[in-house]
Amino acid sequence: MQDAIFTRMGDGERISMPVQEMKEELLEGTQDAAKKGRIPELTEEDLQQLFEILAEPGRIVSVPSGKEVVVTDDGCAKIFYSGPADGGAALPISRQNSVLAYERGFAADTVSFGHEDYSFKPAKALIDYEMQTYYTTSLATTVPCFYGSQPNLGLYFRPDGPHPNPADLLPHGRIDEAKAAQEEAAEQLREDMVYVGQKLAEVGCEGINFDTTGSAGDADFHATLMAVAELKEKVPLMSVEVGMSGEFVLGMHGGITFEGKRLAGMYPHEQADAAAAAGADIFGPAVNVNTSRSVAWNLARAVTFVKHVVESSKIPVHPNVGMGVCGVPMCVETPIDCVTRVSKALVLIGKADGL
Amino acid sequence: MGDAFGMPIAHIMAAGMGGIRTAGDLVAWMQMTRRMKIAEAKRYVADKLGIEVIDLINEDVMYSLRGDLGIGVVTGDPGRASGIIAKCKIAELLEIEINSVNYFKSLL
Amino acid sequence: MAVAHGIASGIGGIRAAGDLVARMQVSRGMRIKEAKEYVAGCLRISVEDIADPVVMSELREDLDIGRVNAVPGAAKGIDAKFRIAELLDIKINCVNKFRERTGL
Repeated sequence: MQDAIFTRMGDGERISMPVQEMKEELLEGTQDAAKKGRIPELTEEDLQQLFEILAEPGRIVSVPSGKEVVVTDDGCAKIFYSGPADGGAALPISRQNSVLAYERGFAADTVSFGHEDYSFKPAKALIDYEMQTYYTTSLATTVPCFYGSQPNLGLYFRPDGPHPNPADLLPHGRIDEAKAAQEEAAEQLREDMVYVGQKLAEVGCEGINFDTTGSAGDADFHATLMAVAELKEKVPLMSVEVGMSGEFVLGMHGGITFEGKRLAGMYPHEQADAAAAAGADIFGPAVNVNTSRSVAWNLARAVTFVKHVVESSKIPVHPNVGMGVCGVPMCVETPIDCVTRVSKALVLIGKADGL
Repeated sequence: MGDAFGMPIAHIMAAGMGGIRTAGDLVAWMQMTRRMKIAEAKRYVADKLGIEVIDLINEDVMYSLRGDLGIGVVTGDPGRASGIIAKCKIAELLEIEINSVNYFKSLL
Repeated sequence: MAVAHGIASGIGGIRAAGDLVARMQVSRGMRIKEAKEYVAGCLRISVEDIADPVVMSELREDLDIGRVNAVPGAAKGIDAKFRIAELLDIKINCVNKFRERTGL
């Protein structure tokens, strides 16, 4: 039996952790999630299984045969040509080549691409180009091809957009004005998302991925839910995946509701219910990584949230597993020892329907 | 997001179904179009293919089956169905509607 | 195939120090252990850190010897190889040819 296990911190730093300390970290992680989300902790069996995954001696780990799941793509296929912010390699290749390489070379279950400035607002301005690229790419792909974009309500506030910025208003106590600004901006965002979605559906878009939903708080989340509901009504053949930006919805407005439920403060299981009610086909929770805590703590926390949302969700759950979420360390060149352990834990213990 | 090797490839290797190498795309279609959870989606696809669930990720079985059914393989085999043609057959096989297929047919 | 092997057993190329170890094998015929120790010595890190992308990405950025992440202005390709040849004290054919043709 090992006395200590090589693992990492949430920022990727490699450390050696005594066995007992790791078990304590796992327990603290699940307790933190349970307390914050008001959800059950992981069972003793779950924690033991999670420990064994982390303690496996191999650099990489994987699920046993038969336990594989679907890996959906929220921008990974464009990683070959995209810039450094997301870990892109900036290869001088087209979006289509990047997507096909991802499909054929990396055995992806789905592919996707989006505007290089990966938000709905810039995509709308170039929608003809996006439609044409989607059309020609989807003719060549065999796996499902999503179009991905971020709601990114922040782009609608000054200086990037026309609406007053709540970040400027709130510190001065101008609460009502800040709320009004968010409501107006969210309405514009909803219109833009529906416009982009409908135009893509016209050229046969198979799926649309709302990525990092809720990044600007409850108004951002609400705009997305409303857009999803409208798109599912108008273009029902286009699948919708809603991927979140964080484990709880920030109450930048505080008073916005969807189907009678306040969005501010929602944790993943509540977010999933809202997404399903809006008509989404797949939900992707995000659990933020604390870079000052160990991967063990972060992963236990993530698995706790994911397990509960999988149990309660009516639709498939595909946790977001990029850098900085669901236990994956926050660094651009993500260490595969941790990434594969996150995969295995979320699938075997969290029972995720995909990643 | 993380670089290609470190994030998506690592996840695919650790837990992915293998896309068109095997049957990952088919299972993904069932999640997207009918909101099936993973076990139900796998069962459905296995039944449609006439194989056991465990064979959904068996490259040996799936490569020849996909070739025979004309639903696309990962290698660039000349003459084999790929892209939109493969998706037409997938839609028929799985009894689902795929938006790009419907659009393609509307243009013909 | 290649990706599976890379994931299971590879050092990690320019994500880590795999290319540097490879260069010691191809230019001086070193066995793997010797090659790793030599590279670790040149980089002044432990042998364990050779395959650690978190350590190596920062180090490669500091030494400007090429990274998998596309940082604008950072050395890539032939310019990175110039620095690698100097760091490892080896001769790299394309670097020498480039020097010859450009008169550098």
